[in-house]
Amino acid sequence: MTTFDFFQVVLYLAVLLVLIKPVGDYMALAFAETPNRVNRFGAPVERLLYRLAGIRADEQMGWRRYAIAMLVFNMAGMLAVYVLQRVQHWLPLNPQHFDNLSPDLAMNTAISFITNTNWQAYGGENTMSYLTQMVGLAVQNFMSAATGIAVLLAVVRGFTRRSANSVGNFWIDITRSTLYVLVPFSLVIALLLSSQGVVQNFKSYVDVPLMQNTTAVETVKDAAGNTMKDAAGKDMTKESVVTTQTLPMGPAASQIAIKQLGTNGGGFFNANSAHPYENPTPFSNFIEMLAIFLIPGGLCVTFGSMVGDRRQGWAILATMLLIFVPLAYGCIGAEQAGNPALHGLAVDQQASALQAGGNMEGKETRFGIAASGLFATITTAASCGAVNTAHDSLTPLGGLVPMWLIQLGEVIFGGVGSGLYGMLAFAVVAVFIAGLMVGRTPEYLGKKIEAHEMKMASLAVLVPCALVVICTAIAVLTPAGVAGVGNPGAHAFSEILYAVSSATNNNGSAFGGLSANTPFWNVLLAVCMYLSRFMLAIAMLAMAGSLAAKRHVPPSAGTLPTHTPLFVTLLACVVIVVGALTFLPALALGPIAEFLMSVR
Amino acid sequence: MSRLLRNAVVLLVLMTVITGIIYPLAVTGLAQAMFPSQANGSLIVNDGKPVGSTLIGQSFTDPKYFWGRPSATTPQPNNGTSSTPSNQGPTNPALTDAVKQRIDALHAADPGNTAPVPVDLVTASGSGLDPEISPAAAAYQVPRVAKVRGLSETQVQAMVTMATTGRQFGMLGEPRVNVLKLNMALDGH
Repeated sequence: MTTFDFFQVVLYLAVLLVLIKPVGDYMALAFAETPNRVNRFGAPVERLLYRLAGIRADEQMGWRRYAIAMLVFNMAGMLAVYVLQRVQHWLPLNPQHFDNLSPDLAMNTAISFITNTNWQAYGGENTMSYLTQMVGLAVQNFMSAATGIAVLLAVVRGFTRRSANSVGNFWIDITRSTLYVLVPFSLVIALLLSSQGVVQNFKSYVDVPLMQNTTAVETVKDAAGNTMKDAAGKDMTKESVVTTQTLPMGPAASQIAIKQLGTNGGGFFNANSAHPYENPTPFSNFIEMLAIFLIPGGLCVTFGSMVGDRRQGWAILATMLLIFVPLAYGCIGAEQAGNPALHGLAVDQQASALQAGGNMEGKETRFGIAASGLFATITTAASCGAVNTAHDSLTPLGGLVPMWLIQLGEVIFGGVGSGLYGMLAFAVVAVFIAGLMVGRTPEYLGKKIEAHEMKMASLAVLVPCALVVICTAIAVLTPAGVAGVGNPGAHAFSEILYAVSSATNNNGSAFGGLSANTPFWNVLLAVCMYLSRFMLAIAMLAMAGSLAAKRHVPPSAGTLPTHTPLFVTLLACVVIVVGALTFLPALALGPIAEFLMSVR
Repeated sequence: MSRLLRNAVVLLVLMTVITGIIYPLAVTGLAQAMFPSQANGSLIVNDGKPVGSTLIGQSFTDPKYFWGRPSATTPQPNNGTSSTPSNQGPTNPALTDAVKQRIDALHAADPGNTAPVPVDLVTASGSGLDPEISPAAAAYQVPRVAKVRGLSETQVQAMVTMATTGRQFGMLGEPRVNVLKLNMALDGH
C-alpha cells in the first residue's frame, strides 16, 4: 500500500466525521414530534399532502398497523414500477424507443428497487426509458430509503416511549424523511455531480464521428436465434466497420444523487459509477462516497439524540468504524499488490508518480487503486451497491472484503435506516450475551430485554444468513443456476455466492460476470430480496411494539453500560463472530480457495 | 383497510410528483442554467457539430495515435450504448491471454520498445469507455508516436503534458492523460 492510499482513507473519514454531526442533529430536528425551526418550515406542505391523501396527522399506530402501512405502501410502489416497465414503449420520454421489459425482469427490477437493493439484471442505457428511470426507479430510490428511516424511527420510539401502545405514524415518517432530508440533500448532491460532468437532460443520444474507425464483431444467428457454427465448430462471426460512436444522455445526475444518498445503488448506466457520465472526476467520486455514508452515519447521531444519551450513538458509530477501517485497508492493500497471474508477463504493476499500478483490470484510470478500493468497501459496508470498479475483477482477497461486508448483514453503516436497525438487533443480542455471563436480565437503553425481544432480534440476525446459505445451495445445485457463471473454477462459485448475498442483504452490487437476466435468477433473487427486507423490518417493528409497552428501568449497579469501549468491542465481536461462523465455509470454497491457487 | 389503501395510493402519487417530476425537472433546470456543457455530455464541438466527448474514450489501434484503455464492450470496443467491464476474474486464463495479446499488439506496433508495459494500457477499464490513461502509459507510447509522425519525442511529450491532468485539488484521484484530446491535438485540431 502506498502513502497516498493510506492518506485517501484518512481524508475521507475526516470529512465524513465533520459532516455527520450537523447532519445527525438536523435529522433529529426534522423527525422531532414537537414543532421546531426545521419542521415548522415545511408544515404547510405537510398539511396539504396529508389532507389530499386523507392522512390523520394525529393518528398513532401500533406496530402491526405500522407494518401493514409499510407493506401496503411498498406493494403499491412495486406495482407502479412493474406496470411502468411493462408499458414504457407506448409512453413518452423514450427517445431511443426501448421495448417493454419481460415479466420476470420487470418483476425482479420492481422488487429490487422497492427493497432498496437495486440489483440490476439490465443495462440502463439500452433498456430503460427516461420516464421509467425518473418516475419509476428514482421515485422508489426515495421511497425505499424513506421506508428504512421510518422503520428505524419506530424502533427507536420503542426504546424511548414508556408503557405506550404505539410506535409512530408511518405516513408522517416517510413524508418527513423525504421532504426534509432526502430531497434537499439530493438536490445539492445532484448539482455538485452535474458540475463535474454528470449528464442531466432529456435529449436523444448523440452520434459523434470516430477519429479512427473500429470493427464490430457479431456472432451470426439463425432464424431461431441460436448462434451458427462453422465447419470447425466455432461460432460464426461477421465483421462490420463502425464509423460513429453513440453517446448516451438522460436525466442522470438527479437519479445518481439519490442512488448514492439513499444507499440504493442502481446505476443510470450499466457500468454504474465507473461510467464517465455517472462519475466523471475524482471529486464526483469523493462526493458519491460521502453521500453513501452520510445518512447512515448521521442517523447514529440522531439515534443518540433521540434516546437522550448521545454516547449511545457514538458507541454504535465507533463499532461500525472499528470493523470498517481495517477492511478498507485490506481491500486497498490487496488491489495495490496487483494480480500475481500477470507477474510473468512484461507488465509494470508497480505504483509510481506516473501510474497507480496494482490490479487495474476493471478499474478506471482517474480513480486508480485507492479511490476504487475505498469505494468498493464503502458501497458494500453500506447496502448501497453502486460500483466504480468491476467487483468481479478484484483480486481474490480484494473481492473477499466486499462480499464479507455484505454477509455481515449490512450493519456496518448499512442501508439508510435499515443499517442502524440491523445493528440495534445485534446490540440486543450483545447485551443478552453479556447478561447471560453475569446472570441478570439484560437491559438496553432502559428497557428490559426479554424472550420476545430476543426472538425478534435473533430472527433479524439469522433470517438473512439462512436465506443466503440455502439459496446459494439451491443455485449451485440447479443447472439454470450454474449456467450463468462467467468465470471458471472457484471464482464461478464466488459469483453465485456474491449474487445471493447481495440480493438477500439488499446491497445490489454484483460479481458482474454472472448472466443474471434469466427467469431462474430473476425469480430466486427477487424472493431473497423481498423476504429478507420485509421479514427483517417486521421483526424489528414487532420488537419495537413490545419494547414501547414496557416501563422504563432506571440503570442500576448491575446494568451493563452500553456506551463504553468494552461494549463497542463486545458488539463488534458479536457481528464478526456471527458473520464468520456462518460464512467461513462458503468463503473457503470461493475467494479463499482462489487466493491459495493464485499465490501457489 | 380502505382508508389505508387510499392513504398509500394517494401518498405514492403525491410523492411521485415531488420526487419523480418536480425534483428531476428542478435539477435539469438548474444544471442546464449553471453547467450547460457538463449537463449535456461535455461535448467537443467543431464547426457547430459534436465530434466527441472529453469524458468518453474512443478506440485507437493505429500506431500514429496514442492508444487508450482496452475496452470490453460489444460488439465493438468503446460502444457508448453498452458500457461494461470485462468481468474477468483475476485467475481466469482468458484474462491472462487477453493481456498477452494486448502486449503483443503494442510490441508489433513498436518492435524496439522492450520496457515493461504500464498495467492500465493492457487491462480493460471499468466502464469500457475510460477516456484516460496514466502518464506512464502515455510516456510508454511517446517514442512510437514520435517516430511514426516524424516528430521529436520532446514535441510529442509537450503535447502529452498539455493533455495531462494532475490529482484533483492536489489530493483526489490519479494523474491522467486524456487520449481523445491528445490525439486531436496531434492531428492538428
